[in-house]
Amino acid sequence: MRKTGQMRARTKILIGLLIALHVLLLFAGFFAPYDPTAQDRDLPYAPPTRLHFKGGTGWHVRPFVYAWANIPDGDQSGINNEGYKEEQSQTFVIHFFVTGSSYKVLGLYETSRHLFGVAEPGRIFLFGTDGYGRDEFSRILFGGQISVAAGIVATLITLLAGSILGVVAGYYGRWIDESLMGVTELFLSLPWLYFLLGVRAFLPLHLSALDTFFLLTGVIGLIGWARPARLVRGLVLSARNRNYVLAARGFGGADFYLLRRHILPETFGLLLTQAALLVPKYIAAEVTLSFFGLGVNEPTPSWGNMLSTLQQYSVLVSYGWLLAPALALVVTSVLYSCLAEVFHSRLKSYST
Amino acid sequence: MKALARLTLQVCLLAVACLAAPPQPDQARAGEELARNPDVSGIVPGHYGGHLTIGQRAEPKTLNPVTAADAVSREVIGRLMGDLIEINRSSQQTEPALAKSWKISPDGRSFTLQLRKGIRFSDGHPFDADDVVFSFGVYMDEAVDSPQRDLLIIDGKPIAVQKIDPYTVRFTLPRPYAAAERLFDGLAMLPRHLLEKPYHDGHFAQAWSLNAQAPEVAGLGPFRLKQYVAGQRIVLERNPYYWKVDQKNQRLPYLDELVFLFVGTEDAQVMRFEANETDMISRLSSENYNLLSREKSRAGSQLADMGPSLDYNFLFFNLNDLGGKKLEDVAGKQSWFRDLKFRQAISAAVDRQSIVRLVYGSRGAALWGNVGPGNKLWINQDIPHPQRSVDTARRLLKSAGYSWNSSGQLIDPRGRAVEFSLITSSSNSQRMKMATLLQDDLSHLGMQVHVVPLELRAMIDRVFQSFDYEAAVMGLGGGDADPNPEMNVWAFAGTSHLWHLGETQPATGWERELDQLMQQQMVTLDYAKRKQLYDRAQQLIAENLPFIFLGTANILSAASARVGNFHPAILDPYTLWNADELYVRDPAQENAGVR
Repeated sequence: MRKTGQMRARTKILIGLLIALHVLLLFAGFFAPYDPTAQDRDLPYAPPTRLHFKGGTGWHVRPFVYAWANIPDGDQSGINNEGYKEEQSQTFVIHFFVTGSSYKVLGLYETSRHLFGVAEPGRIFLFGTDGYGRDEFSRILFGGQISVAAGIVATLITLLAGSILGVVAGYYGRWIDESLMGVTELFLSLPWLYFLLGVRAFLPLHLSALDTFFLLTGVIGLIGWARPARLVRGLVLSARNRNYVLAARGFGGADFYLLRRHILPETFGLLLTQAALLVPKYIAAEVTLSFFGLGVNEPTPSWGNMLSTLQQYSVLVSYGWLLAPALALVVTSVLYSCLAEVFHSRLKSYST
Repeated sequence: MKALARLTLQVCLLAVACLAAPPQPDQARAGEELARNPDVSGIVPGHYGGHLTIGQRAEPKTLNPVTAADAVSREVIGRLMGDLIEINRSSQQTEPALAKSWKISPDGRSFTLQLRKGIRFSDGHPFDADDVVFSFGVYMDEAVDSPQRDLLIIDGKPIAVQKIDPYTVRFTLPRPYAAAERLFDGLAMLPRHLLEKPYHDGHFAQAWSLNAQAPEVAGLGPFRLKQYVAGQRIVLERNPYYWKVDQKNQRLPYLDELVFLFVGTEDAQVMRFEANETDMISRLSSENYNLLSREKSRAGSQLADMGPSLDYNFLFFNLNDLGGKKLEDVAGKQSWFRDLKFRQAISAAVDRQSIVRLVYGSRGAALWGNVGPGNKLWINQDIPHPQRSVDTARRLLKSAGYSWNSSGQLIDPRGRAVEFSLITSSSNSQRMKMATLLQDDLSHLGMQVHVVPLELRAMIDRVFQSFDYEAAVMGLGGGDADPNPEMNVWAFAGTSHLWHLGETQPATGWERELDQLMQQQMVTLDYAKRKQLYDRAQQLIAENLPFIFLGTANILSAASARVGNFHPAILDPYTLWNADELYVRDPAQENAGVR
């Protein structure tokens, strides 16, 4: 067995990026300049704010922004979504560690410190605003909390259920194995999206965001157990008859001891790879459900319900920046897939 | 040589076709009393030929004018059929149609209509008083179950229809009925020679389904059925016997064909329009209107903003009597909803200007009553339009015994936190947006509102049947500018008395007064007196807030550059009401394939 030795630079970068992503989402309140549900009703569908270094008196060290002003459209007064232009009479320098709306860090203590911001009445919308004038960047960070957490929690549920059932089936074999594997076949053949849509329709209407979240993750997680269970069963089945296992059994090792000491460690690499594969898949599942209006409800953001406004043709062709949550989803999925690749190669090196 | 022969053949065929065709569109026959549309500014004499294509959101369900209940079917049927008296969509006034004149008896109960002579159905069969008597018999027959039947049964008694001579018909109402001539609009005259048999055989409802062959369907409208292709399109062709002429006495309509294409959704309507596959969109959302207006210069299309529609969108609470139902949760919250100050506070906290701006992209109007600025004849201008004020709202709640806890939540006099759900139709993105704005507005009062998007059917079921809801956002209205279609909303026994359905008697004093006002205006024939009654009704509604009115969208329509006489109105059908006057600016271009 080859020792893994130093991690290659690429893997390091990958791990670094993943950690950065999760820190960004975990401390969304700090990194986001605004409250994700705060509406600025004068600025619906405002495009992303441009960062300027040059203007007026020459070059600036600190970037600054201009406010968006509406372009009036002849006979219409007020805002008509026709477009915005930069109001260049006043500049707003970007400050760091500013005070803004209050939020709770990790749900524990309240603070109102944000990484960056501009002085009122200036606004900084890195990814523009949605139809209610809510900051898309802040919403992506807070929405990511829900979407990514849903992916991770659902994965944990799946792997827990899958490995327990897989181990039981593989280790005890015979009729237990046959009946459990029969059930996995049933679950694998399930068209899961339609099943989830059906399940959500049966649930009560009046659910808080938190209840919806746990229901969603629970349902997504419990449906997916079949595949990991089959993989684990296969490993356990072959591990059970290895010589060292048989030897340990000969010395009087109990079932639980054998599983813990000799068999379960064999499945470890597999479970890690599965986890890295399942997380992006389940994030996409949450996004899909929310996209169809079956996930977390307004005003709480999630990547799925943010993307659902793009179901309207006019929004899709007019306000390109509202695709940003899709970009976040792609980045997250790619990072997790790369992680799965790393786990997979390490698993292979284990078995050779 | 061969080419010459083919050309000669074509010329011959053309000549034969001309000879065989029914009278040329511009020729009048002897004894025909043709009608001329009143002059509407902007409507000019057009020229013949060409076809227009219209994208429809859904497929019509039937071609039977008596049983059709959905807007899409009625949009098509309206082009095939004629009425005795029409409401001119542009002036909103009644005008003679198949009846060239009418007399009202001094007691307001009897209408004597003089029919136009020499008029023919689109199959060439003459039209007379027997067809009128037959048509009304069908509309009022309980077994046929027409959606229009309710209009014709007054005080439980049907209108009596009597043939005086082949061109005179008398209608006798059980009691005086204001603006009764408006009832005739939308009641299509049926060909007795085609429909009497299915009617007597008892399968009238199955007659004129979409599978009907073109010769079986005949009406008095500008067009007649040519072809129906399931799932794709329905094609109408010019009715050569149509009874209207233009200012130059040329027989209408101008178009050879009118094609309805079934495209599915409003977004699909817009995409087909952008691709030049369709020529007109009757009603657009402001987002799509703005989208098209940005591309206007490229496509040269005509866009029309006709101002606020007659619909109204509103928030309302469940004030139903829940005695027999197991809905303790809702019943517990009704003590808030029944409190006028609670409703007033909500009305004060609603930011209507933002609704107009964000939901309608400034192409709409805020509403404080059931009659909006689009209805100039009936609006009560004295209804106040208070600005949004969270302070006023808080003061109202405080005086009603509500308070706020340390985290800013609103607490009712019994110590419960104020929290309710708000249902709305998930397929209506504008109302979904309104609900989300309301949620935010009411959070400033410390109320926790949960927006619950429901599939339309499920929502209707909750509002009309199970009463299992707390608050809802819905929309109503739009049929006609007259107050009479509003009867079923404001009379306490009305079928759309949404906040409290199935009352056996008015639950409150103001509902009793409102009911009396509505009944009274219905039998008052004088406009000024009627307006006075309806003004008071509007005032009662605005003061007591059974509905908290939010806003209404403008009527927005679009037509491609080649459509002539495009003249939309704020009454349904917004663009096709003058289908007989629409023409293609340059039909030659179309034939050359340059589109």
